[in-house]
Amino acid sequence: MSEVKYSKEHEWIKLEGEIATIGITKHATEMLGDIVFAELPENGSNVEKDGTAGVVESTKAASDVYTPVSGEVVDLNQSIVDDPSKINQDPENSAWFFKLKIKDKSEMDTLMNKDEYDIFAKESST
Amino acid sequence: MDTKKTSLYQLHQDNKAKFVEFAGYQMPIQYSEGIVEEHRYTRNHSGIFDVSHMGQLFIYGQEDLVDDLERIFPLDLKNLKLNHSKYSFLMSDNAGIYDDLIITKIKDGFLIILNAACKENDYKILKELLNDKYKMILDEERSLIAIQGPKSVEILKSVIQGVENLNFMTGNWFTLDNHNIYVTRSGYTGEDGFEVSLTNEFADRFTRRLIDKGAKLIGLGARDTLRLEAGLCLYGHELSKDKTPVEANLKWAISKERILKGNFIGSDIITKQLNYGVNKIRVGIKPEGRIIAREKTKIYNESNSEIGEITSGTFGPSVNGPVAMGYVKNKFSKKDTKIFLEVRGKKHPATICGLPFYKKSYVKGVN
Repeated sequence: MSEVKYSKEHEWIKLEGEIATIGITKHATEMLGDIVFAELPENGSNVEKDGTAGVVESTKAASDVYTPVSGEVVDLNQSIVDDPSKINQDPENSAWFFKLKIKDKSEMDTLMNKDEYDIFAKESST
Repeated sequence: MDTKKTSLYQLHQDNKAKFVEFAGYQMPIQYSEGIVEEHRYTRNHSGIFDVSHMGQLFIYGQEDLVDDLERIFPLDLKNLKLNHSKYSFLMSDNAGIYDDLIITKIKDGFLIILNAACKENDYKILKELLNDKYKMILDEERSLIAIQGPKSVEILKSVIQGVENLNFMTGNWFTLDNHNIYVTRSGYTGEDGFEVSLTNEFADRFTRRLIDKGAKLIGLGARDTLRLEAGLCLYGHELSKDKTPVEANLKWAISKERILKGNFIGSDIITKQLNYGVNKIRVGIKPEGRIIAREKTKIYNESNSEIGEITSGTFGPSVNGPVAMGYVKNKFSKKDTKIFLEVRGKKHPATICGLPFYKKSYVKGVN
């Protein structure tokens, strides 16, 4: 069973066993516009919940990417670094950013489910 | 202060513009297709830009006015032919740039196109410098629409016959549906194109006709990526009161004739800088890889000394990579000099390069 949750910083996270896959939401990509640059955390590094774990840039501005949970970075999606436009095309699936070995599964409980996030996203864009 | 709206506001809304406040105006930053697509459409086809927020200053007068304006602008205005335009600057006594502008000789005077954020101040400065001797109108009754890109000439001539005969940096009056329209062949994207000055009441209808012919509305976002690829300066970024035209690497815009004679505001400093050089100078900068160095990014040399700062930087869709401009100490300004850009605490390699990043395709002479 995998579960997808969402953060207030517009990241999604899918947990399978103790491996969490993290990316940014479709709503985030719509707010950013055309993404032309992506930077990922270092493989093997440890990241802390709500800390920065990458950068995305549109033609207009740079935005930090945060990690919704703590853990060790175990995999990176190099294809979005090579072609950042993939993030606009398929943000919540093939254009994931990084995978973590999650440190504390209870951190998942602090995040929103799909319905909660949809309401949050709608409110934050008005 | 309430933000102002241009005459095309409804048209922008109809085309799902995202708005941003710019120089006191609600302006479209982009439309539904996004900046990259708008940029490409302008390069390959034809883009329409609402630049009605820019100042259209009409100054009326005869020989006296020419003499007085030559004391202000470093231009050979006596020999500027009717309907010909020049790029120039309004400077302080220290040759600091108050604004960059396009001045066109029209019947009975001059038309000066000013930056939106500077126009009120420019008007005051010029009125004072000219001792209130001449009729000056900063015309709020007229809109300004730019149409840029390779298909623009075909599109515009299908609406206003005769514009195809204009050479680059010249203009003329045309009549359409009883409206007087002043069209110049100019722009700020590195593409062939036109700028069209027309009454506010006609602007919406006129622009919809261009859209019917296949041109698309383009926002300020793509206007910025287009001008940056073309190596063109933007006031408030490359140009400001603490930079001179020589430092901005724009000495080509200063009349050689006028340098010899001097006697214009800032001429002492300009002459000195042309003879003895400058400490800092504007250059093109090409970052390696995909890293984007934004405005205020610090520039270092190979021995880790700070040598300058980025003034504009983005991703260039037509170059398909990052592009930037900035100021560096003169001795590091040579083409191919290796430099480093500090982005998010890390130093990234880059090279000083020639401008433009993207080759211009202006029409110089059509006849």
